[in-house]
Amino acid sequence: MKLRVNGKDHHVDVEDDMPLLWVLRDELGLMGTKYGCGIAQCGACTVHMDGIAVRSCQLAAADVDGDITTIEGLGTPESLHAVQEAWVETQVAQCGYCQSGQIMQVASFLDMNPEPTDDQIDAAMSGNLCRCGAYPRIRAAIRSAAGKMAAA
Amino acid sequence: MGRARTIARRTFLTGAVAIAGGVAFGTYLVRRDPQNPLADGLGPGAATFNPWVKIDAQKITLITPHADIGQGAVHMQATLLAEELDLDLGQFDTEFGEPAPAYHNTALAGEGTPYRITDQGVVARGTLATIGGLAKIIGLQGTGGSSSVADSFDKLRAAGATARETLKLAAAQKHGVEGADLTTKSGAVILPDGTAIPYVDLAADAAAIDPVRDVPLRAASDWRLIGKPTQRSDIRAKSTGTLSYAIDLQLDGMVHAAVRLSPRRSGVRSFDAEAARTMRGVVDVFPITNGLAVLADNTWRAFRAAEAIDVTWQDAAYPAEQADHWKAVEASFTDAHLDTSLRDDGDVESALAADAVRAEYRVPYVAHAPLEPMMALVRVTDDQVEVWTAHQLPRVLQQQVAGVTGHKSGQVVLHNQYAGGSFGNRLECEYVAVAAEIANQVRGTPVKMTFRREEDFAQDFPRPLGMMRGAGDVDSGQVRALALDIASPSPIGSMIGRLGLPQAGPDIQIPAGAWNAPYGIENFRVRAYATPGVAPVSSWRSVGASGAGFFIEGFLDEVIHAAGADPLEERLRLCDWDVARGTLEAVAEMSNWGESLPEGKGRGVAMVESFGVPVAEVVEVTDTPDGIRIDKVWVAADVGTVVDPVNFENNVQGAVVWGLGHAMNSEITYSDGMAEQSNYHAAEGMRLYQAPQIMVRGLETHFAVRGIGEPPVPPAAPALANAIFAATGMRLREMPFNRHVRFI
Repeated sequence: MKLRVNGKDHHVDVEDDMPLLWVLRDELGLMGTKYGCGIAQCGACTVHMDGIAVRSCQLAAADVDGDITTIEGLGTPESLHAVQEAWVETQVAQCGYCQSGQIMQVASFLDMNPEPTDDQIDAAMSGNLCRCGAYPRIRAAIRSAAGKMAAA
Repeated sequence: MGRARTIARRTFLTGAVAIAGGVAFGTYLVRRDPQNPLADGLGPGAATFNPWVKIDAQKITLITPHADIGQGAVHMQATLLAEELDLDLGQFDTEFGEPAPAYHNTALAGEGTPYRITDQGVVARGTLATIGGLAKIIGLQGTGGSSSVADSFDKLRAAGATARETLKLAAAQKHGVEGADLTTKSGAVILPDGTAIPYVDLAADAAAIDPVRDVPLRAASDWRLIGKPTQRSDIRAKSTGTLSYAIDLQLDGMVHAAVRLSPRRSGVRSFDAEAARTMRGVVDVFPITNGLAVLADNTWRAFRAAEAIDVTWQDAAYPAEQADHWKAVEASFTDAHLDTSLRDDGDVESALAADAVRAEYRVPYVAHAPLEPMMALVRVTDDQVEVWTAHQLPRVLQQQVAGVTGHKSGQVVLHNQYAGGSFGNRLECEYVAVAAEIANQVRGTPVKMTFRREEDFAQDFPRPLGMMRGAGDVDSGQVRALALDIASPSPIGSMIGRLGLPQAGPDIQIPAGAWNAPYGIENFRVRAYATPGVAPVSSWRSVGASGAGFFIEGFLDEVIHAAGADPLEERLRLCDWDVARGTLEAVAEMSNWGESLPEGKGRGVAMVESFGVPVAEVVEVTDTPDGIRIDKVWVAADVGTVVDPVNFENNVQGAVVWGLGHAMNSEITYSDGMAEQSNYHAAEGMRLYQAPQIMVRGLETHFAVRGIGEPPVPPAAPALANAIFAATGMRLREMPFNRHVRFI
C-alpha cells in the first residue's frame, strides 16, 4: 500500500491491520516515533494525520487516509519547530522517551487552539504519559511555544 | 585487616553486592589505579590521561560511565570534567565507555553500611573507606542509590585537572616555554604570546609524556559551569526524536524477537505454537527458559505471534493470591525474622502507655514500568557477545550474559545506551539474559528482543510490599516515644539471589528512611523484619525509603496530632541534624506555613533523609466535591552543591510526581500467581492534569556533595497523606490512596 510520510511517498507491503507505528519504525526506519504501551494509554507513538494528532499504535495501516507527519518531519536539530524550540529552551526532557509524542501532541493542539486555557492544556495533554514526571516543564514549554507561534 | 573481618562478619548487603566473608586486602591494592581501559585500542597520535579523557587529532572524547537513565548523568559527568579541563560545552563528544574496573563506584558501595549520614566518627568513616576500597578491588561499576554525583564530583574534576596540566606540560615542551606561564581556555592551551593551541593539536605530544598527577582542584569561586544553568547535552536530540535509544538501533541482518515468559516465573507446562509458526513474517518459535521465543521480521509480527501461542504454566513458587502475600508479611513480625534493630534510643517499652497511639500502615508492590520497555539487542558469535541495551551495572551484566551464552565475561561487549527511563529496573539482568539466550540459538544473527508492555508488567520485579506496626506516645504537647516495627521482603537480598550470590546478611533497605530519621526522639526504636517466601522484588526509585519513609512520616504525623502540636514545629523541635532542619525551615518559609487557608484546603509536611540527602516537602490539597486535588508542593533538599540548577529542579519535580502518582493509584497485586495489572490503564501514576505546581529550593549547606534522583520521592507520599488529613480528617495508612479517596 501507499503512504505519504513527511512529504515523501512510500510503498509498503504489510498486513492491513499492522499498526502505523510499526510500519513507521520497522518498515520505514523512522525511529523517532516510540512504542510505549500499544493500547493508546501513553501517547509515545503520537504522529499527525493531516495535521491532527493520532496514536499510531491504534491506526491500522489500511486506515491511513491522509498525509502522515512524524517527529522527523516536524523539525530537525538544525531547524527546530517552534514547539521544539520551546522544548529545548525549557529543557523539558529527562529520559526523553515520551517527548516525541508530547511534542507531536502539542504541535497539533496549538495549531488548532493557539491560545489555550490551563484546563484545555490539561485536557489535551493528559493522554501523554511521562514516567519521569516532567509535567511542570511540559506546561511551561507549551506556554512558551504558544507565545512563539503567536509572534511568528 | 581486623576491620575488614569485622565488616565481613556483619555482612551487610550493599546496593549491589554482598560484602561476603573472608575478604582480605591491603592498601597497596586499594591505591593502585585500575588499568585505564582507554589505553587499549588507542590510535596513533591519540592521548589518554586517565579513564575519562581521550584526545586525538580530530576530537576530544569524555567518558561518562554512569548510566543515563533520564537523570542527566551524562551531562553532569561531562560538566565536571569540562570544568577543570577548560572545555566549553559542545566542544567534545561523550561515550559511556566499556565496562571496566576503573569505573568503580565508591559512593554506591557505602550505601549499605549501617551508619547514619551524620555519623562521621572513626568507625563509620573507616567502614566507608574499607567498603569503598573493596568496591575498587572488585571493580563495582554501577549507577544507583543517587550516587553518581557523589562518586563523580571529586574524581571527574581531578580527571579533568590532570588532563589539563598534562596538555600544558606537552605544550610547554613543544614550544619551549615555562609551564607556569601557560593557561587554558575553551579547549586550547594559551601560550604567553596569546597563541591558542587546540588540545587536539597537542594530542600526539601529550601521548608521549606521563600524565601529571595530584593536581589541586579549583576553588568553587572559580567555577564556570558547576552551579550555573547549562543546556543538557542531550536536550536537542531528545526534543527532535533523533536520540537513538537501544530500541531504535538497527543492525544488518537483524531479526526481531518477542517472548512469552511465565507470568508466574515458572516453567512451561504445555504449549502449542502451530498457529504462531504459520503467521506472516515468523521465522521461528522455540522454547527458552521459562517460556517461548518468537523470531520474526518485524516487532509487531513477533508480538502478535507471541500472543498467539497457546501455553499453560507451572505453578508459582510464591503464594498465588495477594491475600497470602499479606499474610506472609503479617506473620514475619517475629524474633526469627528480625533483620535489624538499628535504632533503639531511650526505653521505648516503658515510655509507651496503655493508651499510646497505635496504627498499622501498608505499602503495596509497585511496578517500575519505564516508558521504553525492557529490551536488548544482542549478537552472539563463537568468540564474542555484543549487547546493546541500557544498564546500570555493566560488569555484573557482563557476567550474567556470559553465564547464559557460555562465553567468558571479558568476551561480552556492552554498548551501553541512553535509557528511556529505569527507576531501578535496569539494575536487573533478566531482560538482557532472555535476549542473550535467544541470540545464542541463532549465532551470528543480531536479535532485537523487545518485551511487549504486557510482558514488561508481568516480568517486573516490583517494589516490595511492606507493613509497619507503630506505637507512639506524647507528653505535655510533645512527642516522647516512637516505636516502629517494619516488615517487608528484602529488595537487595532478592536482587543478589538472582545474581547467584550469597544472600546472607541483613538488608538496611527494609527500614531505610525510618531508622536513620534525623529526629532526637527520647524513646525511639526501629526494628526491621525480613519477610520470606513472597514474590521476588527489586529496587524501585528510592528503594526502602519509598515505603519506610511513608511509615515514619505518616505515623509521626498522627503522634504529633495526638500531642496537639503543629506538624512542622514539632518536627523542627525533634530534628537533631542542622542540615535536615534547614530543609524544614526552608519549606516553612516557602509555603508560608501556618497562614490561614480557605475552607477545604489542607497542608501536610514530611521530611525524610535517604541516600544522605534530607528533603522536606509541604503538600497543599483541596477537598473538592469531586475529590482531592493536589494544588501545590514546596520542596527543599540539601545536596551540598547543586551541579546544575535546571536539571536539579527537573529531577526534584519528577521525583515528587513519581512519589505522589504511585501513592495515589498504583499497585501490583497477584492472583493465580500472576500480576493482575498488565498495562498503564491499571497502573497509571500521575498524569499531567493532576500535576501540582512544584516549587523547588536546592540548599547547599551539607558537608558532602550528594545526588538528587531519589531523595525527593520518600517524603511525597506522607506529605500528601498528611495534607489529606488536614483537609478532611481522614488518615490514609495504606497505599494506593485511591482505595480510600478519589483524586481529580
